[in-house]
Amino acid sequence: MDKHDTPARPQASDARPVLEGPDIARVLTRIAHEIVERAKGADDVVLLGIPTRGVFLAQRLAAKLEQITDRTIPVGSLDITMYRDDLRMHPPRALARTDIPGDGIDGRLVVLVDDVLFSGRTIRAALDALNDIGRPRAVQLAVLVDRGHRELPIRADYVGKNLPTSLRETVKVQLAEEDGRDTVLLGAKAGQ
Amino acid sequence: MQRHLISAADLTRDDAVLILDTAEEMARVADRPIKKLPTLRGRTIVNLFFEDSTRTRISFEAAEKRLSADVINFTAKGSSVSKGESLKDTAQTLEAMGVDAVVIRHGASGAPYRLANSGWIDAAVINAGDGTHQHPTQALLDAFTVRRRLLGRDAGLGQDLSGKRITIVGDVLHSRVARSNVDLLHTLGAEVTLVAPPTLVPVGVDTWPCTVSYDLDSALPKSDAVMMLRVQRERMNAAFFPTEREYSRRYGLDGDRMARLPEHAIVMHPGPMVRGMEITAEVADSDRCTAVEQVANGVSIRMAVLYLLLGGNEPAQTRTEEK
Amino acid sequence: MSKILIRGAKVLGGEPQDVLIDGETIAEVGAGLSAEGAEVVEAGGKVLLPGLVDLHTHLREPGREDSETVLTGTRAAASGGYTAVFAMANTFPVADTAGVVEQVWRLGREHGYCDVQPIGAVTVGLEGRKLAELGAMHESAAGVTVFSDDGKCVDDAVIMRRALEYVKAFGGVVAQHAQEPRLTEGAQMNEGVVSAELGLGGWPAVAEESVIARDVLLADHVGSRVHICHLSTAGSVEIVRWAKARGIQVTAEVTPHHLLLTDELVRTYNPVYKVNPPLRTERDVLTLREALADGTIDIVATDHAPHPHEDKDCEWAAAAMGMVGLETALSVVQETMVDTGLLDWAGVADRMSFKPAQIGQATGHGRPVSAGEPANLTLVDTAYRGRVDPAGFASRSRNTPYEGRELPGRVTHTWLRGKATLVDGKLT
Repeated sequence: MDKHDTPARPQASDARPVLEGPDIARVLTRIAHEIVERAKGADDVVLLGIPTRGVFLAQRLAAKLEQITDRTIPVGSLDITMYRDDLRMHPPRALARTDIPGDGIDGRLVVLVDDVLFSGRTIRAALDALNDIGRPRAVQLAVLVDRGHRELPIRADYVGKNLPTSLRETVKVQLAEEDGRDTVLLGAKAGQ
Repeated sequence: MQRHLISAADLTRDDAVLILDTAEEMARVADRPIKKLPTLRGRTIVNLFFEDSTRTRISFEAAEKRLSADVINFTAKGSSVSKGESLKDTAQTLEAMGVDAVVIRHGASGAPYRLANSGWIDAAVINAGDGTHQHPTQALLDAFTVRRRLLGRDAGLGQDLSGKRITIVGDVLHSRVARSNVDLLHTLGAEVTLVAPPTLVPVGVDTWPCTVSYDLDSALPKSDAVMMLRVQRERMNAAFFPTEREYSRRYGLDGDRMARLPEHAIVMHPGPMVRGMEITAEVADSDRCTAVEQVANGVSIRMAVLYLLLGGNEPAQTRTEEK
Repeated sequence: MSKILIRGAKVLGGEPQDVLIDGETIAEVGAGLSAEGAEVVEAGGKVLLPGLVDLHTHLREPGREDSETVLTGTRAAASGGYTAVFAMANTFPVADTAGVVEQVWRLGREHGYCDVQPIGAVTVGLEGRKLAELGAMHESAAGVTVFSDDGKCVDDAVIMRRALEYVKAFGGVVAQHAQEPRLTEGAQMNEGVVSAELGLGGWPAVAEESVIARDVLLADHVGSRVHICHLSTAGSVEIVRWAKARGIQVTAEVTPHHLLLTDELVRTYNPVYKVNPPLRTERDVLTLREALADGTIDIVATDHAPHPHEDKDCEWAAAAMGMVGLETALSVVQETMVDTGLLDWAGVADRMSFKPAQIGQATGHGRPVSAGEPANLTLVDTAYRGRVDPAGFASRSRNTPYEGRELPGRVTHTWLRGKATLVDGKLT
């Protein structure tokens, strides 16, 4: 597919940035340090990004972890499409890549990485998907933005920014790899 | 995509590429310890087989089960030409049991089309081979195999088969595999050549989007893939060709002929192979022959088709269909 | 029987005239006829034709009364403007004896909707091996003059030759269902572009043409008359044209559906389009129309072939072949021949009444609309257009390919020997 060729859609005029490129880099660095700290050296950490943008965030985090620990950090992707609980509400979506690092996840500390934590349903699906792939020692969650409004008992272990929002607002993460620039935009839902 | 999959000709290029890309992801599930996805939980699929075809039924069944669908197998064994009424009645009986999709194999060309369009049932209909008409999932798995081998697993993603030269050899007249492949490969941009004795090419083939040749040897050096069709020995009795030996000599693929293929070219066979007839053991067992791979790919393709037709509240949309 | 005055009818499509029926015959044709003592039917510019004659009808009785009976079939015929139909021999038992043909003939007379002229089988049981008792059938009350194994081809050249020769003794005619059996084994539809795509067994044009070619040569050789049933291909037209130019005694019929429908319809796999011979191509359809217009093809015959619902409500290969046609024939002919300018109403009267009666020697039918002739008449509202609704058919079967199709023309009245069988579109 050619969606990486598509220029980022122009945002509604009232969409305002809440994190800019340097902020994003900074919070990822902080999260990397937190992971090392909590995982006691991060020697069994596997990072799994949730497509699309979670994968890029996972790769960036891995790079930072490698700088800190001077070790190779396994990083992969986990597509949760076929585990979603809202499949029957939409036409089927194109699948994204699930790419589990060669040594697998059994007995490892898996850190799931996503851009925005909202209802928690994506993470629920990710936990189910993980269950079919192996048995990690523990699973943790890192997100760039937590915008609240959880519908399931799920919380993040590492949060880049807590962003209180209303349900009428949208949170849009843009990353250079996909969108040509790094930013997090808070806007109003179309038509509101 | 349309609600039913009756003919390979019903697929647009984007539909077909989406199916192949989806199948590529489905194939990765086969490498996992737990080869199961919850996607079709609660969906009921019936495999309605009026014609014996263990390999196709098993392939569909494996795909359905990997997607967690509830599977009912119905095999109308022995009824070579089952009465029309029983097709309708059987279908309606199954519908009454709350079936979401019917995978149908039938000896009569058009039976799946009829099932999908006669108002007998509401379920989605997937054609698993009808008479000498179509076998769309076979064509899809063949295209998938070609793309993987000629372009590569990852490099092939999002790609069609533009410019690839595919030669299909054998009993085109009686082959639903040939019809489906001509349609699909053409849609995907490939150049298709049919090679057969003139008796085994249908009258009217001149309107098909392919070229026809009676000479295998001249077609081979210009082929990126050569697809051998099964030739039933009984055809000999209806004067389609004089003897098995003459058929093999003129249209069979042996080691010498395989050597005329370009180095990268592959040899395909939908199975079951008639060794010694259209293909020699030497070719069938060579690294270039993808017959076994095709079987594995069949499960991935059928998973993809089932997911894209049944995974949501309506069939998947491709870019051209999005509003 | 009283008098009926049909006022202002375009006789054979000509200027409006009055036609007075007295009893079983036409008393007078002219302008401003007196209505005294007569029931008046205001024709209001409708076209008056001689009662139509169908040389090719399947009434199914005896044996398949679930699809049609002599009663329902003749009611359908009256509905379609017919006053005489020739009933094909492929019943159960086969009409290959005097007993069966007399039974069918009597039933037709008793019901009184339309004369039924049985066709006798050429060979015993339609099996193509042994001549049936053609003479006995001719001498029976039914007076059979047309013989046909229709549904099957008399493919054995010797049997065909003998049959052609034998019926000369009493002026009979053999109507051939031209289909080379070996070339049509497993045939499901016309062999060509569409069959190649659909994967349905092909019925090649040559299977019809080769038999017609053989039979006109045989007829020439033995000096007999041969009639070709449901001619369906452009190539057959050429052969018949050639034969006629040579002076060979050949006549040919075309069905309404072969004048209108093509094999493209088979793409729906809907068996309502399954018929034998199969629907052909656009080119064939256009050639058949021209041949009917120029007289190469002599007549239109319906090949009315009723089948019960379940024999069509199934997959293509399992379905029965055939279409009902009596109640739509005239509309299809108007659509394809009259409204296209190929044929006028006098031409229609010729192809659907005069000629078929002549070929089948149906006494009292296919006569001019003039004083002293039997009052077998059909009144047609040619300005009408409407959609075909099989629910309104008088036939017991509904297997029409025209359901929902808009067609012109509607038969409003039919008189059989002065007795109205259809009045204002309703059977009496």
